[in-house]
Amino acid sequence: MADVQVYKRTPAEQQLAKRRSKKAMRDQVMMFSLMIFLTLVSFSMVVAYEAGVAGFSKYLIIPMVMLFAAVQVGLQLYYFMHMSEKGHGIPQMFMYTGALLGFLIPLAFVTIVWW
Amino acid sequence: MSSVAQKKGFGATLWDWLTTVDHKKIGILYFLGGGFFFVLGGIEAMMIRYQLYKPNNDFVSAGLFNDLITMHGTTMIFLAAMPILFGFMNAIVPLQIGARDVAFPFINSLGFWMFFFGGLFLNISWLYGEVPDAGWTSYASLSLASEGHGIDFYAIGLQIAGGGTLMAGINFLVTIINMRAPGMTYMRMPLFTWTTFVASAMILFAFPPLTIGLFFLTFDRMFGGNFFNHEMGGNTIIWEHIFWIFGHPEVYILILPAFGIFSEIFSIFSRKRLFGYPSMVFATVLIGFLGFMVWAHHMFTVGLGPTANAIFAVATMAIAVPTGVKIFNWLLTMWGGSIKVTTPMLYALGFIPSFVMGGVTGVMQGAAPLDYQLHDSYFIVAHFHYVIVGGVVLAILAATHLYWPKMFGTMLNETLGKVTFWFFFIGFHMTFLIQHWLGFWGMPRRVWTYMDGQGWNFANLISSIGALLMAIGVIVLVYNAIMTSIKNVKVANDPWGDGRTLEWAIESPPIYYNFAATPLVRGLDTVWIEKMEGNETGLTPAEPIKDIHMPNGSIIPFLMTLGLFIAGFGAMFRTEAAWGLPVLIFGLLWTFVSMAVRSLQDDTGYYIKKDEILRDLKRKGGQN
Ligand code: HEM
Ligand SMILES: [Cu+2]
Repeated sequence: MADVQVYKRTPAEQQLAKRRSKKAMRDQVMMFSLMIFLTLVSFSMVVAYEAGVAGFSKYLIIPMVMLFAAVQVGLQLYYFMHMSEKGHGIPQMFMYTGALLGFLIPLAFVTIVWW
Repeated sequence: MSSVAQKKGFGATLWDWLTTVDHKKIGILYFLGGGFFFVLGGIEAMMIRYQLYKPNNDFVSAGLFNDLITMHGTTMIFLAAMPILFGFMNAIVPLQIGARDVAFPFINSLGFWMFFFGGLFLNISWLYGEVPDAGWTSYASLSLASEGHGIDFYAIGLQIAGGGTLMAGINFLVTIINMRAPGMTYMRMPLFTWTTFVASAMILFAFPPLTIGLFFLTFDRMFGGNFFNHEMGGNTIIWEHIFWIFGHPEVYILILPAFGIFSEIFSIFSRKRLFGYPSMVFATVLIGFLGFMVWAHHMFTVGLGPTANAIFAVATMAIAVPTGVKIFNWLLTMWGGSIKVTTPMLYALGFIPSFVMGGVTGVMQGAAPLDYQLHDSYFIVAHFHYVIVGGVVLAILAATHLYWPKMFGTMLNETLGKVTFWFFFIGFHMTFLIQHWLGFWGMPRRVWTYMDGQGWNFANLISSIGALLMAIGVIVLVYNAIMTSIKNVKVANDPWGDGRTLEWAIESPPIYYNFAATPLVRGLDTVWIEKMEGNETGLTPAEPIKDIHMPNGSIIPFLMTLGLFIAGFGAMFRTEAAWGLPVLIFGLLWTFVSMAVRSLQDDTGYYIKKDEILRDLKRKGGQN
């Protein structure tokens, strides 16, 4: 069996690691509140529409909810799944390629097959 | 497992190959499996050309002719070209990046067995007597109307083989991303590794559409689905889209590794660094992207409308640009180099004009109005054989000579190699050049015979004679391979004398753990750099010699695939035989049980002790 190596951080490294995790924690909490807020806004808009509040038409609410959903997906990926950190270039490239193809191919189908 | 050479019995050897997870052995399996199907597809091609050599020939019937062209195309693309390329990737890429194996050795073996059983399934159609007959594209209305089980063999066989390809692609992606030796940055990767990487990424995105399309076809034919049946609200054109969304990237999946192989050859035998390395990488990635945006150029005449045709025509022509960049880089690599015309180099020299001709006809077809004239004529047949034979097959033959010593430890005879080249090269141009004119003269593709007096006779005769020359070339190659293996003269690390990348700094063939110590990569063409600085071994170790962790072999990949193979027959006969459904269920259960066994078993591999590595090193007399 390979030897198990134990590595002891220097005090400076320990400080740095502490500061980093503190910042990460703060970011996560902030983003989490933002997401809750966005969810609340979405639900309130729908409730307002149901209650017939003037100005809350379908054509405003559907795009807004879609937009909030997109923002939430972004936050989820970048903050909670750590894509904003270093070393995630390759997964990002593959995800964006997949998203691009997943957008273009249905677009082509909609325009030239089912139009 | 022990590294001490000992004579094993037949059973033990067989067991060893059935259970191997060593990338070098799987590479050889892919190479031999693909080579077998290459010969099979070649025999089909010879029968096609024999049927067409004179007008009104009745060597085969119209139905058998359809079987032949369908199986020829399907076999050559899915069961010959791709697996042979996978063979080289498996054998070479881990060595080029300084790794001890691929990232998922178990999945690697599973990928091979799925390819092999899928190919077997497809070809059992010949024995059963009902053969796929709707062309390799298997357009839906035709393939739904086809009677008998022919198309069922196609759909299920390709489903199994395609699953294997997808696994191989994912495996190479993970291997190249995660297992590069210290110092091997992305911009220091050899071009064969780069093209393998991009081709694997294309597999990742292109094969799922094929899987879906084949499932739809399977449901339509065997389970009463109506995806492509317009009478029931389906849409037959969707098959064409799905097929080509997969199919066009597929042709680039084939050609990119070929580009990689030729890039290695040009730089090795011009004894120069590859000209414009960054632009080569960029062009490869760009081709990878653009390859997904052009599928409808196979459907210009379907009636998509002028706007769609124009968009796809422009996108198609755009691909010619990065391809042109590559051609000029190869020419400039040779410029001022000290060129050694070995057999691989000969293939590379022949490749440039041949592939350019195929690219030019591609751009012609990309012009939608002209394609109305060319579509479904022999011009198309000429185009894709120029790119596939003039590109992919020449690369495969070149790599067979180039990497034979690394895979088998012996050197193919150079004189016979050149004989093969000339037969094949002349035969290839004879067969396919004239077919451009046959297209212009109006001969449609996929016809089983033609009438006298249309001016097509002589051209077809020339074409058939060319095919014969190619066959002679391949026979000489097989003879060469057999003789070389019988003589069995072992060669040293770098038999070509000018190796530039890591695979040439270790034994031929490498010991099963590849590198005694993981190498340190100091630049592009790291072995060349070391040699220029006077380090004869070509390697600088990145770490001291220590215990090496290795995976255990396993029979489970073979068993898992066997289950799918059995299930395939069950699905096919489900409606007409009482045993169909039980066999389908039994096969799938078999596969799931094998998967469960694999998940539950605690197989963490084994360690090779440092002493043993040191002993091997001493036996070899020093470094690696
Ligand atoms: C690089 C390697 C290439 C390969 C392996 C390849 C392969 C093929 C194949 C197999 C077909 C026939 C499909 C069928 O069964 O109908 C085809 C058709 C076609 N290829 Fe290529 N091709 C390559 C490059 C190109 C390039 C560079 C272009 C254009 C710039 C191109 C444009 C076309 C077009 C437009 C067709 C459709 C022709 C028709 O069916 O009317 N190809 N190609
Ligand atoms: Cu294409």
